[in-house]
Amino acid sequence: MITELGHFALILAFCIALIQSVVPLIGAARRWPGAMAVALPAAQVQFCLIAVSFGALTWAFVTSDFSLRLVMLNSHTAKPMLYKITGVWGNHEGSMLLWVLIVALFGATVAWFGNALPPTLRARILAVQGMIGAAFIGFILFTSNPFLRLAVPPMNGNDLNPLLQDPGLAFHPPFLYLGYVGLSMTFSFALAALIEGRIDAAWGRWVRPYTLAAWVFLTIGIALGSWWAYYELGWGGFWFWDPVENASFMPWLLSVALLHSAIVVEKRESLKSWTILLAILAFGFSMVGAFITRSGVLTSVHAFANDPERGVVLLFILAAFMLAALVLFAVRAHVMQARGVFALESRETMLIINNVLLTVAAFIVFVGTIWPLVAEMLFDRKMSVGAPFFNIAFTPFMVLLGLVLPVGAMMPWKRGKMGRTIRALRPALVLAVAVALLVWAMQTGQSAMAPIGLFLGAWLVAGAATDIWGRTGRSALRPRLARLRRLPRADWGKAVAHAGLGVTMAGIAGLLAWEAEDIRVAQVGERFDVAGYSVWLRDVTEVEGPNYRATRAEVQLGRGDRIIGTVFPEKRVYPVAAMPTTEAGIDNGFLRDLYVVIGDPQTGGGWAVRTYVKPLANWIWGGAILMALGGFLSLSDRRYRVAAGARKTAPEGVPAE
Amino acid sequence: MKRLCLVLLLLAAPLWAFQPDEMLDDPVLETRAQALDEVLRCVRCQSESIASSNAEWATDARRRVRELLLEGASDTEILEFFVARYGEVVLMQPRTGGSNLLLWLAGPAMLLVGGLGAWLYVRQRGMADEPGVEALSEDERARLRDILDR
Repeated sequence: MITELGHFALILAFCIALIQSVVPLIGAARRWPGAMAVALPAAQVQFCLIAVSFGALTWAFVTSDFSLRLVMLNSHTAKPMLYKITGVWGNHEGSMLLWVLIVALFGATVAWFGNALPPTLRARILAVQGMIGAAFIGFILFTSNPFLRLAVPPMNGNDLNPLLQDPGLAFHPPFLYLGYVGLSMTFSFALAALIEGRIDAAWGRWVRPYTLAAWVFLTIGIALGSWWAYYELGWGGFWFWDPVENASFMPWLLSVALLHSAIVVEKRESLKSWTILLAILAFGFSMVGAFITRSGVLTSVHAFANDPERGVVLLFILAAFMLAALVLFAVRAHVMQARGVFALESRETMLIINNVLLTVAAFIVFVGTIWPLVAEMLFDRKMSVGAPFFNIAFTPFMVLLGLVLPVGAMMPWKRGKMGRTIRALRPALVLAVAVALLVWAMQTGQSAMAPIGLFLGAWLVAGAATDIWGRTGRSALRPRLARLRRLPRADWGKAVAHAGLGVTMAGIAGLLAWEAEDIRVAQVGERFDVAGYSVWLRDVTEVEGPNYRATRAEVQLGRGDRIIGTVFPEKRVYPVAAMPTTEAGIDNGFLRDLYVVIGDPQTGGGWAVRTYVKPLANWIWGGAILMALGGFLSLSDRRYRVAAGARKTAPEGVPAE
Repeated sequence: MKRLCLVLLLLAAPLWAFQPDEMLDDPVLETRAQALDEVLRCVRCQSESIASSNAEWATDARRRVRELLLEGASDTEILEFFVARYGEVVLMQPRTGGSNLLLWLAGPAMLLVGGLGAWLYVRQRGMADEPGVEALSEDERARLRDILDR
């Protein structure tokens, strides 16, 4: 009964989304207030209906209702409750339902908080958002209905893919979707502005929080996925340049570019049509991401939820939206007149450099990702484009970006002096060079990766500190410290996020350059050394989990006479899904992770043991957390709460970034 | 119970990519072998190198790499050996020749185009006259103030 209610709610939501995508649009064109106002209740009701539908599906998973085909395929009674719930989106149908739920949620926020928006613009935004909702709800209802029943319900289900039964991965998809779909909002804003024929500073101010939110969620989602891969796949890789990873990385890169170009629109009324184009492309790449993940057209390690036929339908949705948006852009972009004038040496120019680097980097990822497909179709060449290509072709852009970032962040608007900005950054530069030299001296004869990466890390962190300190003005230390606390949160957000990028870069370089690995057969009770650490395999036992069996090793780690700790790497087998997984034993440290994996029992006795020393590993995710934190800080800046229709108060303090 | 676990462990595909008994005794050769493992793709898997894959095919490929190294083959010869049998698809890093030039040059070319476009835009913005606030009507200015000052 609850299932049928959920199904019915989804069909109703589809009808409402259709109304929402047509009526307000006509209303806005004809200036009919009544028709425009339809958008508000429609967006809210659509969200509530999809929430009911999603709740019904969740209920079916929680109660293990195996009369539902989807539950039977993806759940099991012995599964822990957490994974019963996350199993809702651990499959194609459920994840698409989550997707439309988030589309509707973002649409509803415009209805809730968008009172300050011009009514025609708001009606058009909600209409475009309604179209996106309608397209994807239709896709669910007609090709991937989660509410299909089975005639003969089985006693138990097939279980969720064991790899997905993990806290890191359980919350990876919702965050990614919040990010992908957050970009649908900026897409709607862009299209509404094109239809409206105008875009101004207020538009830029409205688009930024949505872009910022989308970017924060994408950052968290990608970091969770990468962290999961690190500890779960058993050899500590954190990024594979796999098509599906790239699919999430491209919107991330473009949303970073959009975030920065929207600042120029807001502050300086320039780069308008470019920002619109970026907003369109960013959501386009989000849909490409959905398409690649769901269609399996490119071979990927994420091959657990795909179906080529549905992929074609997704491709049609993607093509229709992109074609319509780009045609509209071509016809209307010229009305977006730039106002701001700026000199060559200015913040504007630096942000344009940022945008060029980021979009070209995204373009390289895109070309590399689809090249196997293109080469096979056009040149009849079957080939792979793997990590080595991206390392060579992509990395230089990030190095360049890191080099110019602190300078661009401190450059004044409109007209600046490159020399003066660099002079202010001189201490940061000296520090970074010193770090690089130190690293270079310490690791004689190894690659240049670590010195470069740590140089960038120090340069970005020190640059961000210089930036925030510079905002406190020129006076004695005490008033400056006091002012530091009163700076707008957006300033803090900017500094924290930029520093976070530096931390991540340093972490990646350190890990790749200095990782040590040891593979051996060890007897129980044996001690051995790996890169200065002692590893003692104390015991191997069999343990029983709720829905798996595991071989668990007890490994004591030490350095010299000091005991660092004991880790318990496991090798699990999930009998229902007949799949093994590894649980690495990791001793986390600030400067290094010790990473131990237990393997198979050997014929001659003993166990295969892999030990890694992974320097700076945690910095990669630490930096990502800092970036997300910076985004949240920026998002909580009072300007946005104010713009969101809160109390009317006078501005104070230094103008925010 | 323990026996059942062992049976299950043996039944399950070897989870582990690289096994200790595969390693060569000569550390120099083994380093070379591991470098080769990274650039050879497991053609039976989903975009994974043979170094990280746990498929049987990857295990065989790793053994083959080591056999060839012991026979004294150079790195290029080993790559050629695999390309001859399985085609270019076995290389993780696409070659630069032929149509792949497009792939390798796409990034730099795009940077050139983007950089040029940006340069032209920046120059044009630098020389343009600022329309200033006068270009707005009184109404619009009031609204803008309202929005920005709130």
